[in-house]
Amino acid sequence: MNSPWQTPNGMTRRHFMQHLAGSSAAAAASVTMGNAIYANADELKKNHKSAILLWMGGGPATIDIWDLKPGAPTGGPFRPISTTGDLQICEHMPLMAQQMHNMSIVRSMSTREADHNRGRYYMHTGYVPNPNIEHPSYGSVIAHETIQQRPELEIPPFVSVGGASSGPGFLGMSWAPFNVSSNGRIRNLEMGIEDRRLLQRMVALQEIETGFASRTRDLPASEHAKVLKKTFDLMTSDQMDAFRVEKEPEEVKERYGTDNFGQGCLLARRLVESGVPFVEVDLGGWDNHNNIHATLKDTKLPQLDRAMSALVEDLEQRELLKDTVVIWMGEFGRTPRINQGAGRDHFARAWSCVVGGGDLNGGVAVGQTNSEGTAVETQPYSSEDLMTTVCRGLGISTEKTFTSKNGRPMKIAGGGKVISELVS
Amino acid sequence: MTRLSLALVAIMLSVPAMAAPPVLPAQVEVIDELIAQGWTDFNIRPAPEADDASWCRRVFLDVIGRIPNHQELKEFVDERGSDKRSKLIEKLLYDDRYTEEYAGHWSTVWTNLLIGRGGGNDRREMTNRDGMQKYLRDAFAMNKPYNTMVYELVTATGATKPGAEGFNGAVNFLVDKVNADKGVLAASSTSRIFLGQQVQCTQCHNHPFNQWKQQMFWEFNSFFRQTRSLRRFVDGARDIDYAELINEDFAGEANDASDALVFYELRNGLTRVAYPVFTDGTAIEVSGYVSDVNRRNELGRLMLESENLDKMIVNRMWGQFLGYGFTKPVDDLGPHNPPSQPELLERLGKEFRQSSYDLKQLITWITLSKPYQLSPVLGSSNSIDDPSIGETPKFSRFYLRQMTAEQLYQSMVTATDAAGTGSYEEQEQQRRRWLNQFVVTFGTDEGDEATTFNGSIPQALMLFNGELSKKATSTGKGSFIDRIAASGRSPRDRLTNLFMSGLARRPTRKEATVANQLLVAREGNEKEMLQDMWWAIINSNEFIMQH
Repeated sequence: MNSPWQTPNGMTRRHFMQHLAGSSAAAAASVTMGNAIYANADELKKNHKSAILLWMGGGPATIDIWDLKPGAPTGGPFRPISTTGDLQICEHMPLMAQQMHNMSIVRSMSTREADHNRGRYYMHTGYVPNPNIEHPSYGSVIAHETIQQRPELEIPPFVSVGGASSGPGFLGMSWAPFNVSSNGRIRNLEMGIEDRRLLQRMVALQEIETGFASRTRDLPASEHAKVLKKTFDLMTSDQMDAFRVEKEPEEVKERYGTDNFGQGCLLARRLVESGVPFVEVDLGGWDNHNNIHATLKDTKLPQLDRAMSALVEDLEQRELLKDTVVIWMGEFGRTPRINQGAGRDHFARAWSCVVGGGDLNGGVAVGQTNSEGTAVETQPYSSEDLMTTVCRGLGISTEKTFTSKNGRPMKIAGGGKVISELVS
Repeated sequence: MTRLSLALVAIMLSVPAMAAPPVLPAQVEVIDELIAQGWTDFNIRPAPEADDASWCRRVFLDVIGRIPNHQELKEFVDERGSDKRSKLIEKLLYDDRYTEEYAGHWSTVWTNLLIGRGGGNDRREMTNRDGMQKYLRDAFAMNKPYNTMVYELVTATGATKPGAEGFNGAVNFLVDKVNADKGVLAASSTSRIFLGQQVQCTQCHNHPFNQWKQQMFWEFNSFFRQTRSLRRFVDGARDIDYAELINEDFAGEANDASDALVFYELRNGLTRVAYPVFTDGTAIEVSGYVSDVNRRNELGRLMLESENLDKMIVNRMWGQFLGYGFTKPVDDLGPHNPPSQPELLERLGKEFRQSSYDLKQLITWITLSKPYQLSPVLGSSNSIDDPSIGETPKFSRFYLRQMTAEQLYQSMVTATDAAGTGSYEEQEQQRRRWLNQFVVTFGTDEGDEATTFNGSIPQALMLFNGELSKKATSTGKGSFIDRIAASGRSPRDRLTNLFMSGLARRPTRKEATVANQLLVAREGNEKEMLQDMWWAIINSNEFIMQH
């Protein structure tokens, strides 16, 4: 008989699922586990669009990295160098210079949010903060829109490495980022009891959940059930191997850099290879109000250059780049004017983001700023436009509208327009 | 069900008895009247009142930061008399047995507000988390008036670390906010936390939706420019032992202490000057010499006169108990963000000032008010009252919200002795390590952070498999399960005790059936059945929700 109470011990997970599905209707309805089709790695790679967001917390000085103004009073000490793309970048990014045929720079970003929290929200969602509604972030949207391409995925579709990212908003907690540290270690993965007993505990839990939801008639309860299912899935999945970044050869680890960001980028590559649609890797420390150029030259840029170039190069060599969009951005840029403390302050009016991979063109400089970097001289682009372009690069329709919880229709990426130079 | 258990349920679910209504403080009537007016205006009927057991769980969580144990719950449910709810609140607030827990809970809440969840966890920081907590614990234990507390936090000088010479725990609020970046963080935190004025954007430019202008930001910031933090090192080593917050003469940015001004830059590159001026336009002396004028003392004085001080704390406390404040976010009272119940906010602010800023009185008013008595049911008569979809809250039901990580920890520890043994310090270190696993930071100079204790997978993993859950579900001798297994007269009794301990209700018939199936699966080992069921209870939404 198929009942969680009589399942023999020592079963495989697959049987386990079938037994659960065959148990009482109530339990099956909301703890329905995946139908456990085990696809091999090659199959997982097919037609799977993914994105990796390199998030530069604090707001990086793009005028010193991607859009240099040598000789201008605002230019700072760094010199531009040529790259494999049709553009120049900072001399302290020599490894990335070899990868720029894969990546494009949008030099005409012009936004209005120069506060960290507001800027982070806006750049992550394509919407300005609104007290009445929470919008889903890049990771939640892309995971939500591409999940049907990968029914076999058992690990969370939106992984955030080393940082905090931004939430799922009205899509609900089951689309929240799964936060892990850059070594990929995940806490509390093992329960240490037999599968059969775990399943029986799940049935008891399900009974309590159902009762509570029907008594209060409130939403959080049903979201909780989905999170429980995902948790259960990953506890019992072989795919969790993707997180074991320590399995990589030493020389690969060295090439990415053994710091948190380097290992985070390596982890991102492993996750994308395993079919995870969205990974965000966080590199903080760009809020350089003081002493900016020494900090960039000695610490931030070498760290960024090593990890980002290794990631792009690896993705290209493994033929993953054509299906993986890589985005580099922070919440805003920094003032062209260098302040009294030899730093730069928050500046959103004219700055750069970097994007490439997927169906997007590489090696292009989109738009331009004036000679001092204080204003955009060409068509200005917004967070909405960038997000729309990224979705296009992943084959996601931005015509689709979500319905938020209060019934208001919401366009993906706030109805931005595609940056035409990036799509052929 | 037997007649006996039916009778028990009837008692548990009963609305307060019909006897003479208890005498409520006048402030409670003000709340009830104004909130009920809103229900009439929007043509909604409130949810029914919560039963006594649920309400007891709710008020324990909100006032002392944990769920009641079985004994405490039973005592309250069994008690007769129409004033039993006000008696419980009085007990939690004023009975010596609860003083320590009350102070501990509110100290936790305020430590997180003042220095964040991560503040003082890094060795390189000057903030001392123990020092911050000690100051707050003492303040809440003696029920220090709120205005006194604010004045002390804003004007404090002294050492951060308990035991250090000149220790003053209050300095920990500002000690890591004054040195860097010209004290921008000190200004923006002080105005946001205590006055409900969000000014961080205006540091660089005039904000289109904010009445605050760049000029006002730097004027407010000027109050903090006599203040510095000094590192004190361990003898002969480079490790920071503690830090000291001091006032010193401020020469001003034009190097004339008798006219100590600061410069700031407009977006168009022009430079302007600012002197200390409070938000209402009151200017103080321009001298930077501390002997002429102590700028932070002046700021403290001006803040205590501000009506915004009253509104901000009332709004915060209301939000703390009801799940939503009168504004969202709760610490933005700017004119661009009008409150949902302006008259009530205003009245409560005035009443609180007249009560000499007595936080325990404010808690009494809120917890005895009608909206706090309601059940969390979203029904057809109040279906529009759903702030989670952006509607303004009408407080016609109790809004479900997740416990904080701290409340969960305390509840598990109290319900099941999961903390183990050890001194206060050892237990506190254990608690802090556990809480730290949920803190994630954003890499900005403002120390922004978030928590993964938000209903996502890492939280679920922790509750499924974490050390705390393992301890809580242990069946060892003297453990919680062991004690439950030895209680009551029948398996049914023991199951009921288990549910009352975790969820403040009896098991449903279906849950009892599942328990029976578990008992069979465990081959009659009742203790293991209770263990499985307890695991399910602590992992349920009903357990983790304040409801």
